[in-house]
Amino acid sequence: MAKSFREILKTKDFVVTAECGPVKGSSVSKAVEHIELLKDKVDGLNVTDNQSSVMRYPSLGVCLLIKEHGGEPILQVTCRDRNRLALQADLLFAHSRGIGNILCLTGDSIDVGDHKEAKQVFDLDSVQLIQLVHTMNSGKDMAGNELDGGIDFCIGTTATPSADPLEPQLIKVEKKLKAGVSFIQTQAVYELDELRRFMEFVRNIDGKVKVLAGIVPVIGAKMAAYMNENVPGVFIPQRIIDELAQAPKGTGVAKGIEIAARMIRQMKEEKICDGVHIMFIGREEKVPDILGAAGLL
Amino acid sequence: MIIAERKPMEEIRQLIAPYKKVLVAGCGTCVTVCWAGGEKEVAMLASQLRLARSAEGNEIVVLEATVERQCEREMVAEIKDEVAEVDAVLSLACGSGVQTMAEMFEDKPVFPGVNTTFIGMPEKEGLWVEMCGACGDCFLDRTGGVCPVVRCAKGLLNGPCGGTRKGGKCEIDPDKDCAWVLIYRRLEKQGRLDVMRKYYAPKNYRAVKRPGKVQAAKA
Repeated sequence: MAKSFREILKTKDFVVTAECGPVKGSSVSKAVEHIELLKDKVDGLNVTDNQSSVMRYPSLGVCLLIKEHGGEPILQVTCRDRNRLALQADLLFAHSRGIGNILCLTGDSIDVGDHKEAKQVFDLDSVQLIQLVHTMNSGKDMAGNELDGGIDFCIGTTATPSADPLEPQLIKVEKKLKAGVSFIQTQAVYELDELRRFMEFVRNIDGKVKVLAGIVPVIGAKMAAYMNENVPGVFIPQRIIDELAQAPKGTGVAKGIEIAARMIRQMKEEKICDGVHIMFIGREEKVPDILGAAGLL
Repeated sequence: MIIAERKPMEEIRQLIAPYKKVLVAGCGTCVTVCWAGGEKEVAMLASQLRLARSAEGNEIVVLEATVERQCEREMVAEIKDEVAEVDAVLSLACGSGVQTMAEMFEDKPVFPGVNTTFIGMPEKEGLWVEMCGACGDCFLDRTGGVCPVVRCAKGLLNGPCGGTRKGGKCEIDPDKDCAWVLIYRRLEKQGRLDVMRKYYAPKNYRAVKRPGKVQAAKA
């Protein structure tokens, strides 16, 4: 990853990012393995921020490891765990250590995680967070004070193209685009028509933003049912659940990879979107298999 | 109105375990309407406590009294004689009532018998829902009269999160409507979706300096 992600977004036809989920604990050897495995195969590596409201090693920490190992980190920042002071302080720190990309998210509710009695913050929402990064990019903090050394982040955000009803979600996306983002990494996409419809909406507002479709491989019918029930914003169609159910025993992972790669190929060939963001949490070592099967290696 | 729920019986029994004579004090306003601490609930709890203590051979005298509003000193003063007779008071009023009582009778332990939960309204018989977070900076003009500060599980001001469930239900509870879907539908009905498309800056969470104080304007 010699080029910055910002540069890649401007120059590459089909951008590929993947996700690193930090571990629960201070042992970073697994994260380093994943970084080494993936850093030269993708254009950027996202690091989740207490994903699913489960307390883990910090996003900032893994982003620094990615930098140290020569990769291009994308810092995921949610609004759930930090108020506006803490968010701004983290952004200053991240910039000072060479992290150049940020993905602004709302964050899952505390209720879905492993510290259900915690006080959730949401001092800002994701649109306000995007606005905050722009303010700080211009050299000031949120209170209007001059910064002694500002920040300069390439800003991205998320969207759920399969939301139902879709219209309120699209109004939110419109606000995010107007606040100004360079890229969108969507929630998991399984229906290409939904993605096409989403792209049309985005293009009508912003011709430049790069949209990377979220790819979350599903490796079994049971897992699909579980995800539909428990993972916010994920809707796996029956068609895919049936395909997984018919796969011979022990071939779930291969089937999941095959389905994911098939979708990626189609997205790329038909130029439906500007790239993909692969989230294979807990099976990061399998991401190269997806890339290989999708013809992206 | 203020909604409260009675504390579990076991917790209440623990609170008054050391005492031989207590007053269960109700409030005739909000907690009466939400079935948590009015005259009826006072009578029921008092007899449950007598029975339970009697069953374990540890008799207790339980007095009962309900005032119209336990959050007003003058009204609480009406039951000073009953308070004088007992070792402790179990108040079934909201947190504000419990504190008024505790402040007026400083030499007496005053315990809460309910958990004060929120400001809300009755949705149907026996079900109350939260409507207002008393944030001191009302936003309802921008949201079709649906409060995102408390009715959105994350208090978001610029639209729904990405976790809305199919059919417009909340990420954390399939039985609850996503507040932003409600806001969208209300504004759509009024032909005012442009209001939802506007960007809203971060909220002033210090609009009310806590602890809050409101001085009435002089006429």
